[in-house]
Amino acid sequence: MTREIAVVAFAQTDHRRTSDELSEVEMLMPVLHAVLDQTGLKTADIGFTCSGSSDYLAGRAFSFTLALDGVGAWPPISESHVEMDGAWALYEAWTKLLTGDADTALVYSYGKSSPGSVRDVLTRQLDPYYVAPLWPDSVALAALQAQALIDAGDTDEPALAAVAARSRTDATTNSHAQLRGSVPQGDYLVRPLRTGDCPPIGDGAAAVILAAGERARDLCERPAWIRGIDHRIEAHGLGVRDLTDSPSTRLAAERAGAFERPVDTAELHAPFTSQEVVLRKALRLDDSVRVNPSGGALAANPVMAAGLLRIGEAAARIHRGESDRALAHATSGPCLQQNLVAVLEGDPR
Amino acid sequence: MPQVLKAPLAVEFPFTRSLGPVQSAFLTGLRERVLLGVKTVDGRVLVPPVEYDPVTADEIRDLVEVAGTGTVTTWAWNHEPRRGQPLDTPFAWVLVRLDGADTALLHALDVPGPDAVRTGMRVRVRWAEERTGAITDIACFEPYDGEPEQPAGHSGEFEDAITGIVAAARLDYTYSPGRAQSAYIHALSDRRMVGERCPSCRKVYVPPRGACPTCGVATSEQVEVGPRGTVTTFCIVNIKAKNLDIEVPYVYAHIALDGADLALHARIGGIPYDQVRMGLRVEPVWTDGSRFPDHYRPTGEVDAEYDTYKELL
Amino acid sequence: MSKEPVAVVGVGQTKHVAARRDVSIAGLVREAARRALDDAELSWADIDAVVIGKAPDFFEGVMMPELYLADALGAVGKPMLRVHTAGSVGGSTALVAANLVAARVHGTVLTLAFEKQSESNAMWGLSLPIPFQQPLLAGAGGFFAPHVRAYMRRTGAPDTVGSLVAYKDRRNALKNPYAHLHEHDITLEKVQASPMLWDPIRYSETCPSSDGACAMVLTDRAGAARAPRPPAWMHGGAMRSEPTLFAGKDAVSPQAGKDCAADVYRQAGIADPRRDIDAVEMYVPFSWYEPMWLENLGFADEGEGWKLTEAGVTELDGDLPVNMSGGVLSTNPIGASGMIRFAEAALQVRGLAGEHQVEGARRVLGHAYGGGSQFFSMWLVGSQPPAS
Repeated sequence: MTREIAVVAFAQTDHRRTSDELSEVEMLMPVLHAVLDQTGLKTADIGFTCSGSSDYLAGRAFSFTLALDGVGAWPPISESHVEMDGAWALYEAWTKLLTGDADTALVYSYGKSSPGSVRDVLTRQLDPYYVAPLWPDSVALAALQAQALIDAGDTDEPALAAVAARSRTDATTNSHAQLRGSVPQGDYLVRPLRTGDCPPIGDGAAAVILAAGERARDLCERPAWIRGIDHRIEAHGLGVRDLTDSPSTRLAAERAGAFERPVDTAELHAPFTSQEVVLRKALRLDDSVRVNPSGGALAANPVMAAGLLRIGEAAARIHRGESDRALAHATSGPCLQQNLVAVLEGDPR
Repeated sequence: MPQVLKAPLAVEFPFTRSLGPVQSAFLTGLRERVLLGVKTVDGRVLVPPVEYDPVTADEIRDLVEVAGTGTVTTWAWNHEPRRGQPLDTPFAWVLVRLDGADTALLHALDVPGPDAVRTGMRVRVRWAEERTGAITDIACFEPYDGEPEQPAGHSGEFEDAITGIVAAARLDYTYSPGRAQSAYIHALSDRRMVGERCPSCRKVYVPPRGACPTCGVATSEQVEVGPRGTVTTFCIVNIKAKNLDIEVPYVYAHIALDGADLALHARIGGIPYDQVRMGLRVEPVWTDGSRFPDHYRPTGEVDAEYDTYKELL
Repeated sequence: MSKEPVAVVGVGQTKHVAARRDVSIAGLVREAARRALDDAELSWADIDAVVIGKAPDFFEGVMMPELYLADALGAVGKPMLRVHTAGSVGGSTALVAANLVAARVHGTVLTLAFEKQSESNAMWGLSLPIPFQQPLLAGAGGFFAPHVRAYMRRTGAPDTVGSLVAYKDRRNALKNPYAHLHEHDITLEKVQASPMLWDPIRYSETCPSSDGACAMVLTDRAGAARAPRPPAWMHGGAMRSEPTLFAGKDAVSPQAGKDCAADVYRQAGIADPRRDIDAVEMYVPFSWYEPMWLENLGFADEGEGWKLTEAGVTELDGDLPVNMSGGVLSTNPIGASGMIRFAEAALQVRGLAGEHQVEGARRVLGHAYGGGSQFFSMWLVGSQPPAS
């Protein structure tokens, strides 16, 4: 019998195009306070802390060391950092709690896309010998994937526009979202993707608290139990992969137990409308599932935090009693190269 | 609140990338207008040739020449080329499966408009005029309606094969240091050192970082410190740093400004380097046009007792 | 429910050199990984997950390089995690991997860490021209040298101690075929005559800049039972962090280091580290950090660490050998340096350390640190399984 672990609290910033009046720690710290306040815990009560962020996004080596100022790591804390989206920091924290070494964990991540040009920054993720020298930006790569989907008959431009419209409409009830309500689909950015098919560029942070067993019940009225969580990576080369499919998502979902029973909600980390099409197929989500009620990454996409936001949003719906079984997904790398799936459940009501 | 500071930050470096044998052969081949793939154990031909089989993880080295003609497997129309991209006029990004290959290569396709490109169209490599052994030796692809080219069966071995590439990369950022540091820097322009006090532990941080790092709370109460301070510890720098125009030897010291609870780092001048000592009392020396004090010099006061600064080491 | 015991059944590293010009980044990490698998007599298919670590991405100019490295590391279709905790990252990476086994999430995990410093220049990566910030005036050694001076002031250690450490580590490196620096003509006089770069730190008391990778295969009890060679068993592991530069920080003997060691000793049942631990691989980028860490880790009382060094206790044939491999002073692929410490500790208790083997080493500590002496990761490995 493995340990039961739950998301017991979630907080996020308002996501904005720019936050240049704030340093990273100034942006992050209120979120850390908010998530701790929800549980009444203090830094010293937390058994393990793990964060996710990127030096390349910040334009600075060791950028995470100054963000740690916001935690108040004194006396010294048990702490780690992944150079990945915060969803993977949560995964690391989950394993730490599973070992029994800690009963609670603080997970946070943050990203400021406003200082640089995120489309160009992300080209530095690509094969440094054959691909990065061509500077194919993230929108271009997503557009190649979208065209492959259109060619395969999996979607068309009106269907993509509908995904965009639904996401921003749903985001009207999400006060943290950056882009909501009626957003024009706009011109092509890189055809077949229009501006409306692409995520807003912005800054933001997210934080989550995990707790094990009875501790979770003490800290949260309706914990979002992590029934399963798994992540998988695919080959790096785009020309090697079938861009219309996401076998790594499907495998992670299988391992996380997502297919054992239907979910009522799915928070998918699909920064581009076309990627929601791929993920729905891989996850076998039909129209009965509420997809991205928060508006998803099309409403707010703080790079490095957007995946953790999905887990937080899914958990928050369980906390509020709006979902009983939710799937959360996070992605990393070009065209959905790496994917994480978590299945969250609330206790029966 | 004072105006938020912003300034450009260019992160730029010519990375020197050494190559494994498969990469060396492929990129040298491009220089020689030869396109090479690599054969997997189960007989698939991967172009571009990677060093390790994405399916089995086998190391693969069996090179095989493929054609310079191929088929577009997907495309995207890029009407606004960005810095560094293969063409500076509108073009299509394409994945191209070259004839003889089982996987596709990413590059640009030079066509007049999006109506001139479709999945399945036939294309051929347009070579760059000057080739150095890099992926950019392929200038781009162009439409092609002839017969598939027949590869000549090149062995993949070359005279004077390249063993590395220089991959220059530049990213431009607009850096802003945030609220607390902006306030500190504004004060510096009046030659004042203004730190911030933690509302919880009462420690004064200069420069302020926006958060008290031990309490994890925002600092906001501004406190002017210094200008005098004490050398808590130091080293003598005898090695000239590349980007610094300072004659060696010089002293690099940790200085606890009066009223600050954390030492800052600065150069000591106005005293022979071998006479600097822990406990030395110093003050800033400003020069015109410089944001920070150029260095600190002795005040002439008696040295501070070790016990008065040992907690600030 | 108790944790699954974790065993190291494979260790591999590259021959560390200033510049590996014959391989790609993938080729470098692959070489270490392949050697670790060979040591464990396992294939790529036997690996359930990959955990990789390295220092800042700017060092190679590849953002999140694990994405590109997935193929080379046989990670396609598997979970892959990327850790970055500054200089301690090699150690932290191993601990993250160990947790996957301890938590019974996976049976066998490949963990590795690397740096290919020759792709750029570490000082460039560390001193990007961030606006409004005072430029770093002194280079890497200049950051640490004042702390060394503080240590000397605090303890009254004679100024020769640093050269003794360097002389020892460089001689140990001669016995380690993977070490970067092999200074066959090293003498104590040469160390002491080397230029004073950042007084009190001499040239020969600083670490080199290396290309290198290190990998380990970690597995559970069942995996250890199948292992062809003796495993190293993890008896304790911990990470501790404290803030960068803060009021009251003890840069000579950081609290996070003390707490981290205490946690590891508690897990491993170590009452007296000086007596109960047979050897130590610690992260010593500048020679004086040996006596400083000896105190911080509880092997000597405060102010007494240098006496162990001076008395020869930390020599390879001493009572508490330190950095048998030659240490960071002889080999420094930054992101891998912590994992090399952990791996060397494992090799010692497995009895596979070759010429630099400490006879009868049963319990060995591996130690890494990073940032402004703020991030610590350590593990203690033993030749016998932990008492459950």
